[in-house]
Amino acid sequence: MRVNLTVNGRPRTADDVWPGESLLYVLRERLGLPGAKNACEQGECGSCTIRLDGDLVCACLVAAGSAEGAEVTTVEGLAEEDARLAPVQRAFIDAGAVQCGFCTPGLLMATDELLARDPHPADADIREALSGNLCRCTGYESILGAVRLAAERAAADRAAAEGGA
Amino acid sequence: MDFLRPAGWQEALAAKAAHPDAVPLAGGTDLMVELNFDRRRPERLLDLGRIRELYEWETSPDGVRLGASVPFRDLVGPLRARLPGLARAAHTVGSPQIRNRGSVGGNLGTASPAGDAHPALLAAGARVEAASLRGTRMIRVEDFFTGPKRNALAPDELIRAVHVDAARGPQEFAKVGTRNAMVIAVCAFALALHPHARTIRTGIGSAAPTPLRAREAEDFLTGVLDEGGHWEHGRPVPPAAARRFAELAAAACAPLDDVRGSAAYRRHAIKVLARRTLHWTWTAHTSRTGREGEASCA
Ligand SMILES: Cc1cc2nc3c(=O)[nH]c(=O)nc-3n(C[C@H](O)[C@H](O)[C@H](O)COP(=O)(O)OP(=O)(O)OC[C@H]3O[C@@H](n4cnc5c(N)ncnc54)[C@H](O)[C@@H]3O)c2cc1C
Repeated sequence: MRVNLTVNGRPRTADDVWPGESLLYVLRERLGLPGAKNACEQGECGSCTIRLDGDLVCACLVAAGSAEGAEVTTVEGLAEEDARLAPVQRAFIDAGAVQCGFCTPGLLMATDELLARDPHPADADIREALSGNLCRCTGYESILGAVRLAAERAAADRAAAEGGA
Repeated sequence: MDFLRPAGWQEALAAKAAHPDAVPLAGGTDLMVELNFDRRRPERLLDLGRIRELYEWETSPDGVRLGASVPFRDLVGPLRARLPGLARAAHTVGSPQIRNRGSVGGNLGTASPAGDAHPALLAAGARVEAASLRGTRMIRVEDFFTGPKRNALAPDELIRAVHVDAARGPQEFAKVGTRNAMVIAVCAFALALHPHARTIRTGIGSAAPTPLRAREAEDFLTGVLDEGGHWEHGRPVPPAAARRFAELAAAACAPLDDVRGSAAYRRHAIKVLARRTLHWTWTAHTSRTGREGEASCA
């Protein structure tokens, strides 16, 4: 079957989609977007986290056919048009929160969603927001640090913009 | 495999009548795992994602009619005050990603003994609205679970909604697992006080082939509260009675040994959760009504 959807602002079409196929497979194998990672295929690891009509979801658990007409954002959609990194991406690098990098796309999507909803998250809120994303390299301290750093920088930018206005 | 995508509810019922083997798809958080791992290869999927009314709820003084596909996220959010027990259960489900898609209708469809909505629905009082082209019937949630991962739906029926009684008293849900997120319950216990009817109701998860109420424990405690005049004076439940209530709750279980825990551990844990949730709900009840019963820490 054919699936039409908008990915990172662009209309896309996937053909020959098997009805039981996941949106993750369509993104990676049919649309050439390998940013969302394929690991557990059961919603446990969060490495395939994307936004579907604004909601944070595991792409491995979305049937591709259900995404017909939907608006999808993947990690490839976070950076600016000119390929400048998004502030959350910058913060992950600066805080040393990227090790092997496999979990990073999912964590970036979850962080982006959290900070859009809650610009000043308490630590408990950060932990809850990232509870569906596993990192197996080290631990989560640098990752938590990256989220705090992104929040602080955004707050500083807002203050500067207000001060300058 | 066919992918059916009805645009409306009547069309969905017609599709299910024409193809009783079609497997409904709501959030996909159970079903997609089965497909990804090749555990299931249905001839047809019946995607309910376009049916708006399944994502909506209606409230009345009697309670909430909760559309089958309303995700757990909405229970934790806008419905928390109206459905406190179910909201607490929903908050323990998976992760934000899972709660954004997973629904109570899907939880009931899977009918796992470990489904977290079930104990909360049993304790609150709920009916499943099952519909087909033949008509609509209401199934009490206690009659809905017919075996491990089996439910009372006929092959041509779909869940339209779940009707949950209004919470007229405190409700609690407690779950045992190895961490605070992303765990299937080792066991779970829900308790709801119904002061207007002077009754209490319970729900047990993951400690028997189906979710169930601990009827003897309920009857015992209802009797104690009544005979002791507790609904009037609000004094704490005597410790011996609380202990007995917890023992009866544990006795209602028929647990198994499995990778998540032993039968003996589950029984013990249910006893602890029953006593704890009783303490929490009774304390909340008495402080809400301004009566005595000031309790110490758990
Ligand atoms: C990582 C992960 C963590 C999880 N953690 C938990 C947890 O902590 N607690 C818990 O209880 N569950 C958990 N689950 C299981 C799952 O999220 C829940 O059971 C959820 O409620 C399923 O809802 P859904 O909408 O995604 O259902 P789906 O997967 O779409 O469907 C589930 C079943 O219900 C049937 N169905 C769906 N809608 C209807 C309808 N309207 N009428 C008739 N049948 C219907 C489907 O055919 C299917 O058999 C977890 C799952 C994952 C992947």
